[in-house]
Amino acid sequence: MKKNRRALWAGVALIALTLLLLPFALSQAGTAWVRIANIALLYVLLALGLNIVVGFAGLLDLGYVAFYAVGAYVYALLASPHFGLHLPFWVILPIGAAVAALFGVMLGAPTLKLRGDYLAIVTLGFGEIVRIFLNNLSQPVNITRGPQGITGIDPVRIGGIDFSRSDSVLGVVLSGPMKYYYLLLGLMLVIILINVRLQNSRIGRAWEAIREDEIAARAMGIDTTGMKLLAFAMGASFGGVAGGMFAAIQGFISPESFVLVESVMVVSMVVLGGMGNIAGVILGAVLLAFVPEILRWTVEPAQQALFGKMLIEPEVIRMLIFGLALVLVMLFRPAGLLPSAVRKRELTQERAP
Amino acid sequence: MKNSKLALTLLAVAIGLIGCGEEKKPAPSIEIKIGHVGPLTGGIAHLGKDNENGARLAIEEANAAKIKIDGKEAKFTLVAEDDQADPKVGTTVAQKLVDAKVAGIVGHLNSGTTIPASAIYNQAGLPVITGSATNPKLTEQGFKVVFRTVGRDDQQGPAIASYLADTKKPKLVAVIDDATAYGEGIANEVEKTLKAANIKLLPREKGTDKTTDWKAILTKVKGKKADAVFYGGMDATGGPLLKQGRELGLTAVFSFGDGACTNDMTKLAGAAADGLLCSQAGLPPQAADKKFLDAYKKKFNVDPILYSPFTYDGANLLIEAMKKANSADPVKYLPELAKSNYKGATGQIAFDDKGDRKDAEMTIFTMKDAKLTPIAIIKSGKTTDYAEFMKMAAPVAAPAPAAAPASAAEPAKK
Amino acid sequence: MDIFVQQIINGLTLGAVYAIVALGYTMVYGIIQLINFAHGEVVMIGAMVSFTIINALAAAGLPPLAVVLIGAGCAIPVCMLVGYAMERMAYRPLRLAPRLAPLITAIGVSIILQHLAMLVWSRNVLAFPQIIPLTTYTFLGATITGVQITILGLCLAMMAGLALLVYRTRLGTAMRATAQNPQVARLMGVDVNRVIAATFIIGAGLGAVAGVMVGTYYGVAQYTMGSVLGLKAFAAAVLGGIGNIPGAMVGGLLLGVVEALGAGYIGDLTDLCRYGLGPAASCADGGHFVLFGSNYQDVFAFVVLILVLVFRPSGLLGERVGDRA
Repeated sequence: MKKNRRALWAGVALIALTLLLLPFALSQAGTAWVRIANIALLYVLLALGLNIVVGFAGLLDLGYVAFYAVGAYVYALLASPHFGLHLPFWVILPIGAAVAALFGVMLGAPTLKLRGDYLAIVTLGFGEIVRIFLNNLSQPVNITRGPQGITGIDPVRIGGIDFSRSDSVLGVVLSGPMKYYYLLLGLMLVIILINVRLQNSRIGRAWEAIREDEIAARAMGIDTTGMKLLAFAMGASFGGVAGGMFAAIQGFISPESFVLVESVMVVSMVVLGGMGNIAGVILGAVLLAFVPEILRWTVEPAQQALFGKMLIEPEVIRMLIFGLALVLVMLFRPAGLLPSAVRKRELTQERAP
Repeated sequence: MKNSKLALTLLAVAIGLIGCGEEKKPAPSIEIKIGHVGPLTGGIAHLGKDNENGARLAIEEANAAKIKIDGKEAKFTLVAEDDQADPKVGTTVAQKLVDAKVAGIVGHLNSGTTIPASAIYNQAGLPVITGSATNPKLTEQGFKVVFRTVGRDDQQGPAIASYLADTKKPKLVAVIDDATAYGEGIANEVEKTLKAANIKLLPREKGTDKTTDWKAILTKVKGKKADAVFYGGMDATGGPLLKQGRELGLTAVFSFGDGACTNDMTKLAGAAADGLLCSQAGLPPQAADKKFLDAYKKKFNVDPILYSPFTYDGANLLIEAMKKANSADPVKYLPELAKSNYKGATGQIAFDDKGDRKDAEMTIFTMKDAKLTPIAIIKSGKTTDYAEFMKMAAPVAAPAPAAAPASAAEPAKK
Repeated sequence: MDIFVQQIINGLTLGAVYAIVALGYTMVYGIIQLINFAHGEVVMIGAMVSFTIINALAAAGLPPLAVVLIGAGCAIPVCMLVGYAMERMAYRPLRLAPRLAPLITAIGVSIILQHLAMLVWSRNVLAFPQIIPLTTYTFLGATITGVQITILGLCLAMMAGLALLVYRTRLGTAMRATAQNPQVARLMGVDVNRVIAATFIIGAGLGAVAGVMVGTYYGVAQYTMGSVLGLKAFAAAVLGGIGNIPGAMVGGLLLGVVEALGAGYIGDLTDLCRYGLGPAASCADGGHFVLFGSNYQDVFAFVVLILVLVFRPSGLLGERVGDRA
């Protein structure tokens, strides 16, 4: 590892530079591409959060979108004309993360005893319950505005900078989406950092032990209950942050943005990239988030040219790709595109001396 | 190192894409781009295509008319985008249109995508006219650039509700919806109107847009002896609802909003569909404008489905305003657009200060012999019998009044 | 009273549909402890195939029953083939993998099946031709249709048939042996792979029947219909005790009745105006202030599922089939 250190740093610097300059390159092609990149970043945040639950602790969560929704609604309720509240984003984001974490514990606590597949189904049900409540809490008292969704959500404002407008900083014009890009990038780095630190900490090792063999982990003196709850809460809080950002960027949210398919999509990203491996999860998220756009640019024109009309919609191809990705990865490369190094190692080597 | 390679590839892809965004050299004439957004893929792609056709027809007619703007011959092009009826995609394509420097936008189809997209248009100062987004919230945001040629839910709901109240005189009404933005929105408005008319209501019942078993809800309605039912939702769920109601021996009058105001109701509900009441925003296509119908049919070889007359009018309104302002600059023609007073395919169009259409007409239909038949037109709270309305409108509208009743038998097909 | 009976009849019919779908889940789970997530999609394909056949034959002038039977006759082999292919390609290679692996493939398979069905049958809601004449009977003041009676009868017959198969035939013995311990069963001369394949095929066949029933009863089918139905049927299977055949039946019927009564009465029971607790503005003049109404109908199944899993994971009819990986 050590001899590669220089190459590693060079690589990191290159990535950093690319990421910093990316929005300028993208906005040459149109600000729309910056927005697409922002959505991809949101998925990266979600995938990193889910990775804690699924990848680190081995608890398959099919209702992850619930936490995303909770974060988004917390933001929307605290910063929109609906209740007339307009709190600044740096107050709301932690609140959203905390509320989402609370929901994570609410989901985790009753399901501690459940095994993998039962847990998956229960989490799926939980995700649906949250969505159904959001969709119906417009009556008898109007809390969420139900299916009508919440409009006029405040954009992020830091000091005098409004993230929904263009500004010029030092002679460089930054459009709204570009500012969000850097904000999301910053959040992503923080979350990656937390992920990396967690993975190599006592907590991370405890999760790993639970994932490999829960009974043995308990026998080793690990507080499996607390650790599992922590995994749920941590994963959920990242989902909440992503949800808050989604609400701020969109300015409008409604329950139809938080359906089961979104959960499945995030699971696909984690599975495809490599459960438990941070780089892999990011790769999976970016790949699958860009799929629809890539298809739009390739499949549509190709079909138009070949058949003169669209036979298979890109949307359908996208879903088929998700489905196939899940099946093929499990069959042929169960550890994902970039397998986690830890997964290959023996559990014994990880034990504390 | 793998990662950096990946990032480089992404960068290369991104740079490669820049090439795709190249623009054509402007011809000696002036080129004006008008955007249209609707779902071209997904569950309601057929409606999206119909909307797009309406706008396309208007633009091609304008090109054929060789309109002069600022002394130059205007060449209009339609930039059609697909929002998949997904709010996330909606904002992305809205940005794409802003990037492409269109002069104005017709669309989107759904309220759920139009609302978030309208914020982007508003910031870019681009006028947007929707021909089908009926959620009142859209024009309540205070954006000066947003207009609609279609009636709002809170115009359509009261129309069907007051018709129901006036003609059927129910004592107790059950209002049911499918818990979607559209279904709940229109059901709320119906509820409000009925309440104002002092008609008793059952607590709201809800299914989902996928519900197939309505029996528990309908049994409850039957037990409470409601004598009319309003359902806010689409035909796919409304059909089974109606059928199961009749199976349970429910004799109440069933009424629906425009989502379930289609001829498919006979397929979905069978004989039970006969006698249902339903409303559509605007005039029925066959009453609207014979010229539009013929031109549409000739160009696209199909009948207009639902909202294409409204998007047709939307595109025409943009073009008219540009003509009047003698400019395709949004800043210059926006005031003209707001002042529009235009005779379109769907009747006389003028906007109020929110951008909503003033006095939008609503049509009430009934199902007769497996065909939807218009029975009344409601305008500014005034109900006119359909036959009378056609008689009154005949001298002004279509030159061949005899043709209208014949085509009246064939309303909006799905 | 008649309204209450009517709600019970509504619930039992709905429950019978859940029960038959639940049988498919329970059979597979009983043998290899796999939640066949894609089972709901098999039901959907059954409905779709039968739609195509019934639609084509609707105008042929055959008696309605014959048309439906031909529809089912075509749907069953197609679904069996889908079930077999699914087992062979997506599940068998993963039989020794960690538990999560086959569950994830199952989700993948279900997405793939859904969208393939969409390509074949379009996104639109398909309306079944209304060929079965409506016959209604009155029972304790409530209405019951001929189709409802058929569904209830068919559900009982299928459960009985399945129980006979499992407890009275050689294949059934082999199935139970495999469920107990696949390794030992193999040593005893049971072709474990064939038994598991047979289980999937039978489960898919049951799914096809359920699909035809749902399609002809409600008169509509759509490519998305499988997922919610599948989830609820799974909840029913868990409620009755997964792996247990009569349990699926009991769980299904019970869930159906809970949903019907819930939608029918919860709204009235949680109407605060009844108790004089609601805000005066809403309650004035016979108004209502309902906390939970029929809008939460879909929540009941999930709440039941969570409660059962947390408090009595073995379900109502217990008899847990071991806890092996």
